[in-house]
Amino acid sequence: MSGPDQSLFDVEEMEINFGPQHPATHGVLRVKMKLDGEKIMEAKPIIGYLHRGTEKLFETMTFPQCLPHTDRMDYVAAATNNQGFCVTIEKLLGITIPPRAAYIRMILAELQRLASHLVWLATHAVDIGAITPFFYTFRERDAILDLFEEYCGARLTLNTMKIGGVPFDLPEGWLDRCSELVDGFNGHIDEYENLLTENRIWKKRTIDVGVISAEEAIEWGLTGPPLRGSGVKWDIRKVFPYDRYDEIDFEIPIGEKGDTYDRYLVRIEEMRQSVRILRQCLDRLPDGPQMARVPKVLRVKEAGMVYGSVEAPKGELGYFIVATEKATTPYRCRVRPPSFINLQALPAMVEGRLVADLMAVIGTLDIVLGEIDR
Amino acid sequence: MSDDKPITPPETPETPETEGGSPEQAAAPETEEKQPLSDEEKAAKIAEAKAKAAAKKKAAEDAEPKDPWEEKPVPPVHEDAADDPDAEALNAEMPGVVPAADRFAGEVTLTVPAGRIVEVCEFLKQDRAYTFLVDLTAVDWPEREEGRFDVIYWMHRFDDSKRLRLRAVVADEQPIASVVHIWKTANWMEREVYDLFGIVFEGHPGLERILTWEGFNGHPLRKDFPVEGIDTGAAIYPDVYPPGGGPPPEETEESEGGAP
Repeated sequence: MSGPDQSLFDVEEMEINFGPQHPATHGVLRVKMKLDGEKIMEAKPIIGYLHRGTEKLFETMTFPQCLPHTDRMDYVAAATNNQGFCVTIEKLLGITIPPRAAYIRMILAELQRLASHLVWLATHAVDIGAITPFFYTFRERDAILDLFEEYCGARLTLNTMKIGGVPFDLPEGWLDRCSELVDGFNGHIDEYENLLTENRIWKKRTIDVGVISAEEAIEWGLTGPPLRGSGVKWDIRKVFPYDRYDEIDFEIPIGEKGDTYDRYLVRIEEMRQSVRILRQCLDRLPDGPQMARVPKVLRVKEAGMVYGSVEAPKGELGYFIVATEKATTPYRCRVRPPSFINLQALPAMVEGRLVADLMAVIGTLDIVLGEIDR
Repeated sequence: MSDDKPITPPETPETPETEGGSPEQAAAPETEEKQPLSDEEKAAKIAEAKAKAAAKKKAAEDAEPKDPWEEKPVPPVHEDAADDPDAEALNAEMPGVVPAADRFAGEVTLTVPAGRIVEVCEFLKQDRAYTFLVDLTAVDWPEREEGRFDVIYWMHRFDDSKRLRLRAVVADEQPIASVVHIWKTANWMEREVYDLFGIVFEGHPGLERILTWEGFNGHPLRKDFPVEGIDTGAAIYPDVYPPGGGPPPEETEESEGGAP
């Protein structure tokens, strides 16, 4: 054998650990990688560092007591977590909520979607190297959290819905302040887009990164923006409308290629659609009670299992509840967390690509570890 | 109780069955005393009551119907779902594979034998277009004779947005075949069920614990696992802590080297 001495250019696979304490992992995600130089040969997400046994705890609590614990799963989108749980229990108990409650819920849920997408945009951009959008998005997110604080007293773990409706009517002047925010919001989205959408560096870092086809996305069970980014027009709000989404006019944005840039565009457009939904909800907010007449003790009549789901900012958030006869607690409460299932596709999206793309893909999947580990 | 006994026997012979004519005679004066009304009056009273009821009914009809959120909740009920097209198709393809089909709150649950889960899922995905597995989970029923665990498959069809639930019953320590080769998304879901319930999925490409760590002692979502948790010290640091529990208290106080 002739040629240069191979031992000088020894190509060896290196095993490296990414996280769990790393700012770009959005929490305590650990990815064990095998690298060939900068190229990822194998990536294996390791999770469970934030496992708190929420599903086990649910089995010991009455239905209303479970609600505050749902906040702590996807902690940047607490309102949609509450909504999912309430919708499921209402299905199990056969409760119909009054229209005003449904509209207030939709307002809160869409505000929450905006807040969650703003966190996603901020951290995703910071991961890739654009720090400015962070300051812009957190300005608006704070305005949304102020509205939440005024409504229910909390900013993050809201516990803002009740089985059968919402706990309070809107405070005086809240609608005007919300209206003001909503009216100006499209302008703010334009600001973010000015910074990123046509930015050369942004495009180079996101186009053709983390591509996943529509068939693959369905195979991997992706939901939410990662599925829509691949071109599947699918949104729980349209497919299985809950609350009063069937009365609202909005579009489902979809991507073409299923790369990180498409998912970025999908989420940006989703924010515009949320603004549109909010506008309609604020204009049409009906009068009436904000709570249905529900019994003081919520008791299941017949044993059975139900599954209820909502379109959370991250994807389909489902609750699967098994109840025994005359029970006041769930016998089993399974949460179908969208982040957990979306994260599973991470190896398929990064293997064969550079380490730097891993940050982009983790960012674009928009994971929250509190929900993955429960 | 013993004081009451002597009183009851004398009463029993006076029952209508034993003395034929006497009850009527005894009853007649009573009715006359209580009811001095003649038949006409009776009829009038009945008519009056009827009119009242009708008026009430009419008033209820005239008044705006109550909104559903003002009424009592209407809980869902179980219905037989043997007429479900998927259940029929499955039974036609594999006779007797769906012994029970149930519809509850609009959701169809088909019970299938655990041993045939792979062929059922393959058929549903290929022939019935259930391309999307939404969720896979388990439920623990420790006291049940039929088998301890329910493994639940919850799938979605895009064509008409229909969802279908399969339920397979497995006994404790009985494995079930993996469906990862049918839906890739089942991978982590099965790992989670294995981790939290201890159900083994045969044919899974890498059945490891996912939310707890390798070496964790127990399966937290089983009903016999304590809610407050267990002392896991022994599992994490086997060289420091003896197996089966944490460190003895006197050792920790002296703590030479101690826990890492």
